[in-house]
Amino acid sequence: MFNRPLLRFVRPGTRIAFMRGRFAGLLTSAVLSLASIGLFFYPGLTLGLDFRGGIVVEARTQGPADFGKLRAALAQEGVTAAGLQSFGGPDDVLIRLDTPTGDGAEARTQALVDHVRHAVSAAQPGAQVLRADAVGASVSGELFRDGMLALGLSLLMILGYIWIRFEWEFAVSAVLTLVLDLTKTVGFLVLTHFEFDLVMVAAILTILGYSTNDKVVVYDRVRENLRKYRTMPLRELIDLSINETLNRTLGTSSTVFLAALPLALFGGASLSGFAWVMLFGIVVGTSSSIFIAAPLLLLMGEKRLRRDASR
Amino acid sequence: MMYYSRLRMLSVLGVCLLGLVLCLPNVMRAPAAHLPWRQIHLGLDLRGGSYLLMQVDLQALEHDRLQSLSDQARQALLHDNLGYRDIVLDDTARRVTLYPRDVSEHDRALQTLGAIPASVPDEFAASSLPDGRLALTLSEAALQVRAREAVTQSIEIVRRRIDATGAIDPEITRQGNDRIVVQLPGISDPERIKALLGTTARMTFHLLDESATGASVAAPGVTLMPTTDGSNQTLPIRDHVEVDGADLTNAGAMIDQQNGQWAVNFTFNRVGAAAFAAVTRANVGHRFAIVLDNKVIEAPVIQTPITAGNGQITGNFTAQKATDLALLLRAGALPVPLSVIEQRSIGPSLGADSIRAGAMSLGVGFVLVIVFMALFYGRFGWYANVALLANLVLMMAILSLFEATLTLPGMAGLLLTLGMAVDANILINERIREEVARGRTALAALQAGFERATSTIVDSNATALLAHVMLFVFGTGPVRGFALTITIGIATTLFTTLLLSRLLMVRWYALTRPATLPV
Repeated sequence: MFNRPLLRFVRPGTRIAFMRGRFAGLLTSAVLSLASIGLFFYPGLTLGLDFRGGIVVEARTQGPADFGKLRAALAQEGVTAAGLQSFGGPDDVLIRLDTPTGDGAEARTQALVDHVRHAVSAAQPGAQVLRADAVGASVSGELFRDGMLALGLSLLMILGYIWIRFEWEFAVSAVLTLVLDLTKTVGFLVLTHFEFDLVMVAAILTILGYSTNDKVVVYDRVRENLRKYRTMPLRELIDLSINETLNRTLGTSSTVFLAALPLALFGGASLSGFAWVMLFGIVVGTSSSIFIAAPLLLLMGEKRLRRDASR
Repeated sequence: MMYYSRLRMLSVLGVCLLGLVLCLPNVMRAPAAHLPWRQIHLGLDLRGGSYLLMQVDLQALEHDRLQSLSDQARQALLHDNLGYRDIVLDDTARRVTLYPRDVSEHDRALQTLGAIPASVPDEFAASSLPDGRLALTLSEAALQVRAREAVTQSIEIVRRRIDATGAIDPEITRQGNDRIVVQLPGISDPERIKALLGTTARMTFHLLDESATGASVAAPGVTLMPTTDGSNQTLPIRDHVEVDGADLTNAGAMIDQQNGQWAVNFTFNRVGAAAFAAVTRANVGHRFAIVLDNKVIEAPVIQTPITAGNGQITGNFTAQKATDLALLLRAGALPVPLSVIEQRSIGPSLGADSIRAGAMSLGVGFVLVIVFMALFYGRFGWYANVALLANLVLMMAILSLFEATLTLPGMAGLLLTLGMAVDANILINERIREEVARGRTALAALQAGFERATSTIVDSNATALLAHVMLFVFGTGPVRGFALTITIGIATTLFTTLLLSRLLMVRWYALTRPATLPV
């Protein structure tokens, strides 16, 4: 342990014929992604406060939260249509409201928070407001637009970078794979009901960055081997490259996984969703490097890449 | 590649040492007062507090300017003995239009309008429209200058008002063209501050149109204004401002000796005092209205001329209301209305919970990664771990140097960076293994491992960097903190893996000259 390593993932000289399963891999991925797209339309993402707008108040009451009393106090303050739900312990209550519509909606959104605060302390004296957020409709619209812009531009820049550093087959298959990863992450979000907000966009961008990184390492080896073995068929060559980088692929995904795991377990309400999505993304990103990005490269480059190399 | 000059070695170690020194301010007090003692700030989500995003109402600003422009136009035309009719404010086209009384006066009226003095160069242009109307159109550029000034001024007023409440370390910054961000650490219920900032607090003194009391329709130059006493009553207030609250020098809340109620006392400057004296002297026995933001606070009858330049407002105040009004009057009126469009408040207990959760995750994650590296890569894994520790220190150092704000997502970014940082070491180690398996000597394998892995390391970090720069540009609040820590982390990772851990491996090789490598 202090000098020689004790463990390793695969022995040197391992030759797993990954490309034999290329159609199975692509098909599985396509099915999962299509299902995710379906989930995106129905039932759809649970939008978080950032993107939906409205009000969220988290309160901790002394003793168990009395929903009936809270509702009555809210009604007294003129707040109707509030969603109450418990989270964490029995003394934690979450109050949600959508953004009002009509004239002066922005101003009323902000005033509602104060009404909810008053209602909470009136209904259960000694209650503590842990968090109170109000996001107006105009802000949530902008946040959503900016979030999507960040996602889209990141994908474009990754495409451009790989295009410049490699060849277009590499860039296109990498970005296609990323889009497939992205759709599956959306499916995961729908199924788990994690709220989709700016922090989730950050998680998704991190996954994209990680996943690209993973693909770049495999592609880097493919490029090197294209120069080294001038006559080897592309299929064999890609298999060789994946096998050669397999220890690294598994090693890095393990360390990132290990780093994100404690966040998922102990990160608290605000970060555990983020961390679970990260963990999912690490698994998807790692497997897609082998089962999606490589087969796509094989399909697209079978004729062209080999001819280029032999010229 | 395999040789580190003494200078290079010392500078790598020097940077690490410097990093350690820069981290000190976060754990101890400054030993001497004059030392630059920069430390990481905790974000509102960790220490508790409120974040308010305020929108500056630029449309109101435009409307006000159009209103005053139409007044100026009226006066200029009257002064030149020119008539007009149908003077109209057009907010969407940003112009004031009017018909000259007679077509023959068209050219002279145009000239008069063109000669109205502008408050900023090229503020507006006078033109004639095809249908015979004359128009004064505000220019886009001048409006932008005004808007910029108004936002700057508003920030100043907001700062004065918040400082007056005794809030600690408030941060007030401009965002974009027409927004102001107010961050209030430690204040988890911003209701009072929201009310203070949402009040324009423009106070003016007007005479009443006493002939029209009780009327439902106001005469020209008179506005029916609601009162603040809770009744539905409106009072006919003359538009002409007799004295402006901008001429106040001081205001304070106190209990009125005569009736024991809360009141606000104010003192005018010389201009205000003179105007106040003149009005009160000429209008003894008449009602005089104190108007705040288009609402009448009170409209007492003037008993005697007030020439000392001070006065008192009694409007059924509670202690808090009187204190706040005095505060608003001292801090001055906002040039434009502000409204809150986003607020986020976090209580202190939740912040403390978050710090605990974040620190715990960071600790456990760090240990897991270290154990993994030790098990899978042995000696070289430990070198990677030393580099990892240095990485953490350097990230903290840079964050301290920038006095950056650490948020909860920022802590997540720190942790993920540590997970990703060993990737470079893994790449190098795996490469060395392969070279050894191909039968190379220890030295050749080390050399090839470093060389071949470098371009891969640069490529993979560059793509991650691109994604997070985008996030930093388009993100807001805590998410930016996340992007910032990851971006800094990528830079420190390149340093610690490409220079530090390699240095350790090379020194070990130079000292022991092993025949085989522990891979």
